Amino acid sequence: MLELRGVSYRYAGYAKPVLHEVDLRLADGEIVGLIGPNEGGKSTLCLVASGLAPASIGGQLTGTLTIDGTPAAGLKTHELAERVVVGFQNPNTQRSGIAATVFEEIALGPMNLGLPVPETVARTREAVGRLRLDHLVERDPQRLSGGQAQLVAIASLLAMRPRHIILDEPTAQLDPEGTKLVGEALRALATTGTSLLIAEHKTDLLDGLCHRVIAVDGGRIVLDGPTDTVLGDPRLEGELGVEPPSRVRLARAAEDAGVDPQLVAAALR
Amino acid sequence: MIETQSLVHVYEGGTRAVDGVTLTIERGEAVAIIGQNGSGKSTLVRHLNGLLRPTEGRIVIDGVDAATRRVAQLAATVGLAFQDPDRQIFAGRVRNEVSFGPRNLGLVEPELSKAVDEALRATGLDGDADTNPYDLGYSRRKLLALASILAMRTPVVVLDEPTTGQDARGVALVEAIVASLRDERRTTIAISHDMRFVAQTFDRVIVMRAGRVVLDGSPAEVFDEPNWPTLASTYLEPPLPARVGARMGLGCTPTEASLVAALAARSAR
Repeated sequence: MLELRGVSYRYAGYAKPVLHEVDLRLADGEIVGLIGPNEGGKSTLCLVASGLAPASIGGQLTGTLTIDGTPAAGLKTHELAERVVVGFQNPNTQRSGIAATVFEEIALGPMNLGLPVPETVARTREAVGRLRLDHLVERDPQRLSGGQAQLVAIASLLAMRPRHIILDEPTAQLDPEGTKLVGEALRALATTGTSLLIAEHKTDLLDGLCHRVIAVDGGRIVLDGPTDTVLGDPRLEGELGVEPPSRVRLARAAEDAGVDPQLVAAALR
Repeated sequence: MIETQSLVHVYEGGTRAVDGVTLTIERGEAVAIIGQNGSGKSTLVRHLNGLLRPTEGRIVIDGVDAATRRVAQLAATVGLAFQDPDRQIFAGRVRNEVSFGPRNLGLVEPELSKAVDEALRATGLDGDADTNPYDLGYSRRKLLALASILAMRTPVVVLDEPTTGQDARGVALVEAIVASLRDERRTTIAISHDMRFVAQTFDRVIVMRAGRVVLDGSPAEVFDEPNWPTLASTYLEPPLPARVGARMGLGCTPTEASLVAALAARSAR
């Protein structure tokens, strides 16, 4: 379990905190979606929940982050990395720059965990298979399209089989099929007990994937509940600047046109 | 007018990213290019401003072979906003970043300030003129990259995944920008994986697969049911309203608005 209690966080050099009194608990095997307007605090929450802020980037944190019962403040960087991994929006920030092929790039994570070679290779193959990257394994990681680079970055995280995984817009550059593959891979990871926090604008992805969704605005959690309830909340589009999932939008559009939403719902099934 | 004639691009290492593309794009058209990750979309558009040169074939812009023009000359005609804004941003202040392009194209005061102010307003960055670009979040850095291109007032604007990382308000800004470019009879070419944005914002949709164009038409043509297998072959799905419309026997309704109109027309009967 990963738990934030009463967490406020201020970046180094900032006068004011950007997260305020956040309470968040990720149970083992739970997939939690994170939505909200840009600059409402989603990315900061990802940095804090992964322990990178303040451990790696400085700043000031009050409250506690506890990972599987251990306060994160007492963990060394490598101990933290064994428990929580984090993926960023821009895959280029994550590429190691030292691997000659995509296969090596993905293998780097498990290798750095000190796993034996056969285990590293097996995990790398599994991650490659899940995201259908077989045709790219020999490619130089610097010669990938934006979306391919993002899939490789996610495969690197999957191969580490982390207990907790924090993802900041993991599918931003992916085509619909890539987005679907990532969703399936994350769902499979959760069934092994991994907890996930996923910040996304693609509410269609979260709709089919998450057990729970939270919305962050102004650095505070403003909605927290079952996926259906939060993604159907009328405040999404207006106040929160979040596009509701297509099925919600369509049901509303049908209603506005005086058409029975059940009819549309039936066509969606 | 932009013409590509049997355009081929082979990267060092042998990847044949564009494999014989012949297209004509008229002035004032708003064109979306879609296709799976790695299908050659970004490679294709990078030829339009000379960032890449064809391995075979030609690019003709307003009747002139692009091969006879330097990148600096092409930049006055075709502005390209990168997928990754950090490949583009370098100035210490938002205003300086946005002025760099038009100043290099020879724009002088007071026109220069006017162009910069307009671009900042269109992208919602008018309150951030003196901010350091790296103090902006990723989504606003993307809008900044877009503003820098708009300020150059080029007749052709190329946007590589402009809605990536944008919340609902950011997507609405981008949609409004494409609409105003169309009003000004400037050409917009955008790469996107966001089918909803594509269907409701563009006049024409070009579908790429493995370096080739496999579909080319209006959203209603491209997303029509007979084309679904072709879309699936390049890992794309039609937007949800098109799928619902087809299931309900309403013809091709690629946007929510067209679906609602078709539903309303049916219930009026």
